[in-house]
Amino acid sequence: MKTDSKPLVYSMAVLVILMLTVLLTACGGAPPPPAEAGAAVESSAPARTIQNKGSDTLVNLALAWAERYREIRPDVSIAVTGGGSGTGIAALINGTVDIANASRKMKDKEFEAARANGIEPVEFVVAIDALAVVVHPDNPVDRLTIDQLADIFTGRITNWKEVGGNDAPIILLSRETNSGTHVYFLEEVVRKGEKDNEDIFAPQTLLMPSSVGITSELRRNPNAIGYDGLGYVTEEEKMIAVARTASSPYVLPSVESGSDGSYPIARNLYMYTAGEPSDVIAEYLDWIRGPEGQAIVAELGFVPLPQE
Amino acid sequence: MSTTPISGETNVSTVSVSMIFQRLKATNWYEFVIEGLIRLAGVSTIFIVGLIFLFLLREGLPAFLDIPLRQLFGPRWYPIEGRFGIWPLMVGSFIVTVGAVIIAVPLGLTTAIYLGEIAPPWQREILKPFIEVLSGIPSIVLGFLGWVALAPLVQRLGAPTGLTAFTGSLLLAYMSLPTIISISEDALYAVPKEYRDAALAIGATQWQTIWRVVLPAARSGLVIAVMLGIGRAIGETMAVMMVTGNAANIPPLGPGMLFQPVRTMTATIAAEMGEVAKGSLHYNTLFGIGIILFLITLAINSIAGRLVGAQSSRRRGGQL
Repeated sequence: MKTDSKPLVYSMAVLVILMLTVLLTACGGAPPPPAEAGAAVESSAPARTIQNKGSDTLVNLALAWAERYREIRPDVSIAVTGGGSGTGIAALINGTVDIANASRKMKDKEFEAARANGIEPVEFVVAIDALAVVVHPDNPVDRLTIDQLADIFTGRITNWKEVGGNDAPIILLSRETNSGTHVYFLEEVVRKGEKDNEDIFAPQTLLMPSSVGITSELRRNPNAIGYDGLGYVTEEEKMIAVARTASSPYVLPSVESGSDGSYPIARNLYMYTAGEPSDVIAEYLDWIRGPEGQAIVAELGFVPLPQE
Repeated sequence: MSTTPISGETNVSTVSVSMIFQRLKATNWYEFVIEGLIRLAGVSTIFIVGLIFLFLLREGLPAFLDIPLRQLFGPRWYPIEGRFGIWPLMVGSFIVTVGAVIIAVPLGLTTAIYLGEIAPPWQREILKPFIEVLSGIPSIVLGFLGWVALAPLVQRLGAPTGLTAFTGSLLLAYMSLPTIISISEDALYAVPKEYRDAALAIGATQWQTIWRVVLPAARSGLVIAVMLGIGRAIGETMAVMMVTGNAANIPPLGPGMLFQPVRTMTATIAAEMGEVAKGSLHYNTLFGIGIILFLITLAINSIAGRLVGAQSSRRRGGQL
């Protein structure tokens, strides 16, 4: 008779919890209708909270901006969250953020989806990022062309010896598909920037939920290759010098080579607002794009915008 | 509490009211309340499950209607370029779950046999709480452990990377062990003591008794334990996402497929939910995967449930 009364109590507790959960999700799960959210953004003069979400590449930068900006404008609070460019843009489309951070341009499809919800996204370039291709420090390979990188990441080259390395299988690492870095790398490296190229990442590519995932796998796997924003490369990773073609010079990523355009995989980082930004948001964006904001960009290992 | 009649006209109704009060008193009025609440809770659960399924259908069905089935069950999952083949994800979930079952079932059943048949009471007293603690570890903590400690270990075994289906299976095995152990121990406990006595009386050894008498008698309960363990494994998300590498790859058939990175259905939903715009085909497809998962666990649970029914109609023996 050891199990007579207890299960009843347990199952009752479980039922109650289940009911509460369902009630809570039923109440809290419904997102605000987009039109309403759009209106809130337009009339946000009294509201001083800016919701800022998106790119994980930009998240540290966005946090640094938000913290510094609070010292200047204590009345404005900025809530920054990551999740990936796709996540931020989806939130902008669904009307739940004021500013979406993106490490890639919004796609036409996403613009259409936003317009269907009554939101006209406005684009701002806020920094430049050089994308570093990284390997384990023990890997003898230290330079590759864009063509070789494309062959490696589509799975046409599967052994390091084909590009001058050890006889070992290549382990491909990538960010998840919701990462703007993933999409940028797909377009500029895997597809070599060719519009009609339909190549995609090899199916055996490991998709990591975070930059940390890539770093930690690279640290322990001498056969792995990955890519990440220059600001996120750690001492335990070796950066690869990249050349546009076999005949052009191999260039290591750095702030200089990113800003003078000699490094081939550098991209703009964006912020998107839902419609023309209101006063508070416009001031914030002006500050970010001004000298103070761009100084922070350089501090964090990204490439600042050229200042007129 | 009881009311006294004031006039003859209201007599009948007041008498019946007072009778109800009398009955309430006699049988503890709060039992009525509690019974009512339990009934409500039970019915609402059915109602809620129905609603969840309807919601899943509403959001996920377009995926099955809009994507040609050939493509939907095709070999390539790359949703941002419109390739919605969920076959690699199903294969991934399948490999990880089967691996977990292969590891967890022998371990779980032998542990249960030891606990239920062989271990002296004082050992049971020590072991059981530890098994309960195992079931209480949050899966994300196990996932973190797997990512930091288990993956490098698997890589050292010779796998090209530590993030493989096998790593996920190991973690899932440990997560489903408490379920398998406690349910199969209950099943062993339900075998009447007379069976064992009879077996021992005709000269069977303890091992013969366990293997030929107790295990066959508890068979259906053991199958339930395994089924529920599978159900636990296939639905797990976060820990698996952290250690299986998430490559939507179909590994070549063979034992080596355990040591390849895979992407499970649950991990796909978790990783991609945040990026999708509501109402897009990708969004619908993620819910479509949800429907498939729901159907799989429903099938597992209903098979287990039917077996439970078969078992509970047997005579339960009193051991203590």
